[in-house]
Amino acid sequence: MNLTLKIWRQKGPQDKGQMVEYKVTDISEHMSFLEMMDVLNESLVAKDEVPIAFDHDCREGICGMCSLHINGEPHGPDRGITTCQLHMRTFKDGDTIYIEPWRAKAFPVIKDLIVDRMAFERIQQAGGYISVNTSGNTQDANAIPISKHNADLSMDAAACIGCGACVASCKNSSAMLFVSAKVSQFALLPQGKIEAADRVRNMVKQMDEEGFGNCTNTGACEVECPKGISLENIARMNREYLKASII
Amino acid sequence: MSGFLSSSIARKVAMSLSALFLIIFLVIHLAVNLTSLFSEDVFNEMSHFMGTNPLIQFAMQPVLIFGVVFHFVMGFILELRNKKARNVKYAKFNGAASASWMSRNMVVSGAVILAFIVLHFIDFWIPEINTKYILGDMSGVLPGEEGYRYFEELQHKFVNPLRVGAYVVAFILLGLHLAHGFQSAFQSIGFNNKYTKCVKNLGTIYSIVIPLGFIIIALCHHFNH
Amino acid sequence: MTTLNSRVPEGPIKDKWTIYKDKINLVNPANKRNIDIIVVGTGLAGGSAAATLAELGYNVKAFAYQDSPRRAHSIAAQGGINAAKNYMGDGDSNYRLFYDTVKGGDYRSREANVHRLAEVSGAIIDQCVAQGVPFARDYGGLLDNRSFGGVLVSRTFYAKGQTGQQLLLGAYSAMNRQIARGKIEMFNRHEMLDVVKIDGKARGIIARNLITGEIERHSAHAVVIATGGYGNVYFLSTNAMGSNATAAWKIHKKGAFFANPCFTQIHPTCIPRSGDYQSKLTLMSESLRNDGRIWVPAKIEDAKAIQQGKLKPTAIAEADRDYYLERRYPAFGNLVPRDVASRAAKERCDAGYGVNATGEAVYLDFAAAIFRYGSEKAKVQGLHNPSKEEITKLGETVIEEKYGNLFQMYEKIVDENPYKTPMMIYPATHYTMGGVWVDYNLMTTVPGLYCIGEANFSDHGANRLGASALMQGLADGYFVLPYTIGDYLADDIRTGKIPTDAPEFDEVEKSVKDQLEFFINNNGSHSVDYFHKKLGLVMWNKVGMARNEKGLKEAIKEIQEIRKDFWKNVKVPGSLNELNPELEKAGRVADFLELGELFAKDALEREESCGGHFREEHVTEDGEAKRDDKNFAYVAAWEYTGKPSEAVLHKEQLEFKDIELKTRSYK
Repeated sequence: MNLTLKIWRQKGPQDKGQMVEYKVTDISEHMSFLEMMDVLNESLVAKDEVPIAFDHDCREGICGMCSLHINGEPHGPDRGITTCQLHMRTFKDGDTIYIEPWRAKAFPVIKDLIVDRMAFERIQQAGGYISVNTSGNTQDANAIPISKHNADLSMDAAACIGCGACVASCKNSSAMLFVSAKVSQFALLPQGKIEAADRVRNMVKQMDEEGFGNCTNTGACEVECPKGISLENIARMNREYLKASII
Repeated sequence: MSGFLSSSIARKVAMSLSALFLIIFLVIHLAVNLTSLFSEDVFNEMSHFMGTNPLIQFAMQPVLIFGVVFHFVMGFILELRNKKARNVKYAKFNGAASASWMSRNMVVSGAVILAFIVLHFIDFWIPEINTKYILGDMSGVLPGEEGYRYFEELQHKFVNPLRVGAYVVAFILLGLHLAHGFQSAFQSIGFNNKYTKCVKNLGTIYSIVIPLGFIIIALCHHFNH
Repeated sequence: MTTLNSRVPEGPIKDKWTIYKDKINLVNPANKRNIDIIVVGTGLAGGSAAATLAELGYNVKAFAYQDSPRRAHSIAAQGGINAAKNYMGDGDSNYRLFYDTVKGGDYRSREANVHRLAEVSGAIIDQCVAQGVPFARDYGGLLDNRSFGGVLVSRTFYAKGQTGQQLLLGAYSAMNRQIARGKIEMFNRHEMLDVVKIDGKARGIIARNLITGEIERHSAHAVVIATGGYGNVYFLSTNAMGSNATAAWKIHKKGAFFANPCFTQIHPTCIPRSGDYQSKLTLMSESLRNDGRIWVPAKIEDAKAIQQGKLKPTAIAEADRDYYLERRYPAFGNLVPRDVASRAAKERCDAGYGVNATGEAVYLDFAAAIFRYGSEKAKVQGLHNPSKEEITKLGETVIEEKYGNLFQMYEKIVDENPYKTPMMIYPATHYTMGGVWVDYNLMTTVPGLYCIGEANFSDHGANRLGASALMQGLADGYFVLPYTIGDYLADDIRTGKIPTDAPEFDEVEKSVKDQLEFFINNNGSHSVDYFHKKLGLVMWNKVGMARNEKGLKEAIKEIQEIRKDFWKNVKVPGSLNELNPELEKAGRVADFLELGELFAKDALEREESCGGHFREEHVTEDGEAKRDDKNFAYVAAWEYTGKPSEAVLHKEQLEFKDIELKTRSYK
């Protein structure tokens, strides 16, 4: 199939950037979206043009590196997948496709479609851990029984890949789904309860300082999240935060 | 608790609590108004009680006004901050793909409701305050007439079809605001569990029934006058 | 000539590690504050090492080419992690895990290292649970286990199909805690381009800031390489796009021996290639082979019709299907080890029986399993004389519970419903057992230079068992390196900060810059990928699942030619001082082009078939792999002397004192 691509090009963080139009031809419907981008880039290299920079790595939907806003939606129109798992059969011959980077003040563009997600790192560093040293003689793993229900919920929250689609999809650029997933993962486990209050306070404080917007419960993040992280996690974080603030 | 309102979650919780308070208020307001359809006397009695009881006038009313003002001011502040969180806009943003119109446009429905409240205050509240506290007439009776004045004033307001039209539009927007706001308020205070489905259904019913009630009242008085 | 000293401690195998730990030198806490350690790569091995070293008090500088340690390719491991906890009470023990790993590795790993791995395996699980890793649990709240190929016990701990992700996030969270404390300085989007040696010791690295293009010098008292395997030498593999061998190869060129490069694991159940544009291959969990039956058409004309899209697999009668694994290996059937299953698929496809347009795919059919589960469920539900449709429907729900997410992933990629039509699979490069040679301390042949995780060669011999990669990465990072590195650093407490203005830094930095400038200024005619794909094709065809002398010799020549062509005609757009993915790739492919040759050379030299290395000349009468313990029970450690073709072979003889050498048989 033949497609028209409108792609955000920006030389560097200080550059203004603009949408640039490209045409690609003979795209196979079995290609992944990123393979289509590879084909475009190969043709740009052949024409001595600078190829389009975009983040990607594992190309199997788990590393969280790929981050394209395609036709107005993070990771494109399909559900439950990342950009690298999106296939061209989702589109029709002759389509025009808009490809943009994640847009948020807290995610400044580095180049073209690559954004800086260090804000997520700093939020994790503010408390996304359990303070236990490696010693080789922590108590036996089975000495802490955890109900299957909570273990499963914790796992569901922990499935977050930190891609940032929640922020990209949110009309407010809120990072609540991301932060709440980490808060929830630990809040649901007995090991995590000890530092729960400090954790939620510090992580939320860092989140606010990074300049993400507020949550207005539109639920777009949950729909667009490639891992289906539930809004329940945001509610749980709100509870944890209230508990931590009041008590 | 110091600096509590400086955090994003705390602001959301404050929005939610003020919303829940207004949700309860709307039920009471509708209940009182509904009586006007069935009995002029009951409506008058209740209106007089509400309008003259010191507890309601000097404790509840200021709280309500604070709640309304707070909800609006905070709502607009949050909207401004949220807009700032995305400094470069998308060339194409398909918000409809993942979230309802209502949830994405709370500030629009909110602004319409604000405009309505201004109109509503001019229509009812300011004349009331003027009569009671400036002119000092606490009787609830028009000079030279028998019985309370409230019902008649109510009917009089709904003569003008433009005003009725404005009311109906505002109530529809109120419904849309509530359709998202009701369940959103619960989510914000951390209420999301096995009863959430129930809350969502209740929210849908609430967001239809309450505005519809007000619309019916307005239309009835308009056509029955 | 350097002699290899593996520094395996004396004593009975069960006590080696304990006795050794009691006797090695330690660095006191006050002195640790004065010692810097560089960790390159932050996957399971590097991440856990960085966190633990920082907890101990060392100053750690960690480097990752992605924007976060959480993105390392360890994250993609699906199945689980082995540990000899014996929670199931099925007779598991450290010895049994040790035995299974050595046997599974076809007796080409170092006994003492593997036993240590088994010894610390239990502590890994304890540590991860304490960190909040949400392992799967049973209804009693205790940890659940599943079983994996090649073993007789259930010892695999798992977190849904995302065990690698959860373990990595555990190590990442431990790192985050140390980053927040300032004990780890994290360099995201940085790539190590060379190591700096001063007085023969590793004292620092040259790294490129991938955002600004700036070349940076970093010094330390020791350098740890944890950059994973070199599977991308094949271009197409299940590795991440960025996975590369540059750090490992650069240290090899600076004196670290490279061991057993020909030991590469080809995983049998990957989604087949669909066209020339293909950028990577996707793995489907090995667990699918528990219920899927593998087949190709028995008649060549059926195969041809399928390849041309004229025939549907479901239209082929049972009698016309060749369930070749069940036919050749009646005892293990579809559950033969990875290397055996992969070769059998290749054999059928080479004979022309492949089942997709490229002729490189076989069927993995769940129809029988669906029918079996459906019938069982119908009985449980008390359905009398259920119709075929009812049984199929019930069976599909069972399969969905077990493999739903994998089936969904398959459907997204291939656009076929695997419940209705058989899945297509084909082998793909997955893991490299070979790597940088290390001694018992995990130190390379360069003093102060360590190598851990998949990047080293140590524990898996010629073939890795499922769920052992995660175990090894974390064992190295959490429980081995942090002890053994102290033994070396104890001599460095008075050294003081290593200056980065030493002439050695100047020299290495210059060579790094020269190479980068060459790429940018070389007005070539072909993109980097063009050469990478060419290399991959040679590697796959001649140094792939089955190798022979003729092919390997050709491969060596062809790789040399591609390399020559590369240095003449490679084209890298953009400039040095910016984010430039093409420039990054160029350096990586340059190294793959050398590594590939050594790989082929090693394969040529190893005149036996063992584990992932299959030489067509060395087979039993019925075509199975034939190991030669008399002549090849050694680690081939290659020393770089200027060119891959001139690499010098050093042999570390492997001694099996605690395990008897046996031929693997799955018939």
